[in-house]
Amino acid sequence: MIWLGIDTANSPLAVAIVKDGQILTAEVTNIKVNHSAGVMPAIEHIFKKVSISPKEIDAIAVSQGPGSYTGVRIGVTIAKTLSWTLQKPLVGVSSLQVLAANAAMFQGIICSLIDARRQNVYAAAYDSTMGLAPIVEDGHYSMLGLLEQLKEIGKPVLFVGHDVDNFWGLIQQELGNSAIRAPYALDLPSAAQLIHLAEQQELPSIDATHTFVPKYCRLAEAEANWLKEQKGKQ
Amino acid sequence: MGEFIMEKDLYILGIESSCDETAASIVKNGHEIVSNVVASQIESHKRFGGVVPEIASRHHVEQVTIVIEEALLQANMKPEDLDAVCVTEGPGLVGALLIGINAAKAFAFANNLPLVGVHHIAGHIYANALIQPMEFPLLALVVSGGHTELVLMKNDGCFELIGETRDDAAGEAYDKVARVLNIPYPGGPKIDQLAHESDGAVDFPRVWLDHDSYDFSFSGLKSAVINYKHNADQRGEEINPMHVAKGFQDSVVEVLTAKTLRAAREFNVKQVIAAGGVSANKGLRTALEEAFEKEGIPFYVPPLKLCTDNAAMIAAAGSSMFKAGKRSDLTLNGRPGLELVSWNK
Repeated sequence: MIWLGIDTANSPLAVAIVKDGQILTAEVTNIKVNHSAGVMPAIEHIFKKVSISPKEIDAIAVSQGPGSYTGVRIGVTIAKTLSWTLQKPLVGVSSLQVLAANAAMFQGIICSLIDARRQNVYAAAYDSTMGLAPIVEDGHYSMLGLLEQLKEIGKPVLFVGHDVDNFWGLIQQELGNSAIRAPYALDLPSAAQLIHLAEQQELPSIDATHTFVPKYCRLAEAEANWLKEQKGKQ
Repeated sequence: MGEFIMEKDLYILGIESSCDETAASIVKNGHEIVSNVVASQIESHKRFGGVVPEIASRHHVEQVTIVIEEALLQANMKPEDLDAVCVTEGPGLVGALLIGINAAKAFAFANNLPLVGVHHIAGHIYANALIQPMEFPLLALVVSGGHTELVLMKNDGCFELIGETRDDAAGEAYDKVARVLNIPYPGGPKIDQLAHESDGAVDFPRVWLDHDSYDFSFSGLKSAVINYKHNADQRGEEINPMHVAKGFQDSVVEVLTAKTLRAAREFNVKQVIAAGGVSANKGLRTALEEAFEKEGIPFYVPPLKLCTDNAAMIAAAGSSMFKAGKRSDLTLNGRPGLELVSWNK
């Protein structure tokens, strides 16, 4: 069984091809480049490198969000189009779970986060002793609100993700010694990790591809404002 | 016996997502529509009073594979029956463009097809090739929410910008005047209707700029409408929206028609075409038709469904580019400010 994995939910670009539980190739790049230009060339490159044609793959895994709206959409658009035209099933995985899975050997609570600007984050916390069961669901949180929730758990928390550094001072200030920083080598999403998580889900039918959408974890600003206005009118 | 060489038919898939329509179409030999699918988001944007880019991008992701599949189904074709994929590269909303472009790239890669990035305005102009053969030299009046341009084409794939708006696009002025008159989005068609039914017109200025210029300006006219409403409000008077609509539309139509006519004479063109969303405007169509009938120059405007954004026009322009040897690679990116460049001499 051959899998293609794509994670472009944030500034890193991760792609991989896995065959029967073995990584054939896995690449990750973390420079500020435009995903729209870069993702398809990266995918073409890894197919060439391992001498596999697109028609030979059996399934596609994609990081479904949350993260950069545009980044998530580019990955999902490419994954959907490949899935539909090649008639191979498409599996979505949380971009935050992909990051947390990097640190799954840690016994305890793992918090993965992505900077959403203005002191907000997309974040989740998982219990690795229970198969990465979510303790804090994927969501858009104020950084302080997130730290409050983590404080209440009263256990050491491992933080993972390349945006953790933006908040590390505040995290230490709020959680003290309970906060543990994962080594930077675990900070970037791995498309092989993404495929590994996707393999644990049931394969959806091909018909589900057309209705596959990103998980933004947040309303578009105009829609949020509109809803507020409607409430005000009542 | 001489050898008989049949030229192979050319089938192009077009994809368009530059604003609020997700569209796919298959066009044969650059002029015959085989299928033409458009998923409009207009209902979704109405409540916001205009197109919200983030909402548009979200809808494109939901629709893009569905419309491409529908275009193939309606054409009763498979990807391997196609010769190339053409997609709008710009101009447009960048987040919206990216969806069509990345879908086109993934589709082209998976099916081993050539890819061509197409200019949106070239598409609007080539919508006319789907109606009747284009004859050169040709003059195109491009009027839409984002563009007001006079383009001279001495040959196929060869563009010369001879005039453009210095401020607002004509469609933009329609949207703003609609807001002044409290007409819900999209207001253009409603202003056209009000003007048509009106029994009188407010006298608004015509902006001609320099006497030999083919450029346009609509911001002064827009301000005149706003001032007219403001002054009436101050005096506690009600304005007649029909008279305002007709006065405004008369000014826009007169300037557009006169400059197009003057350019058609100067460059001695064989054909004049109108393109873009505002060319669906009845007042404008009628004025241009009458002017060019009198002048004896053939004038064409595409039917409504080919005036508004669609992918058949992208496939039509893309067919000409493909024949001229133009190709894009997988680094193709959305370019919101893309300029119209000739692909033939």
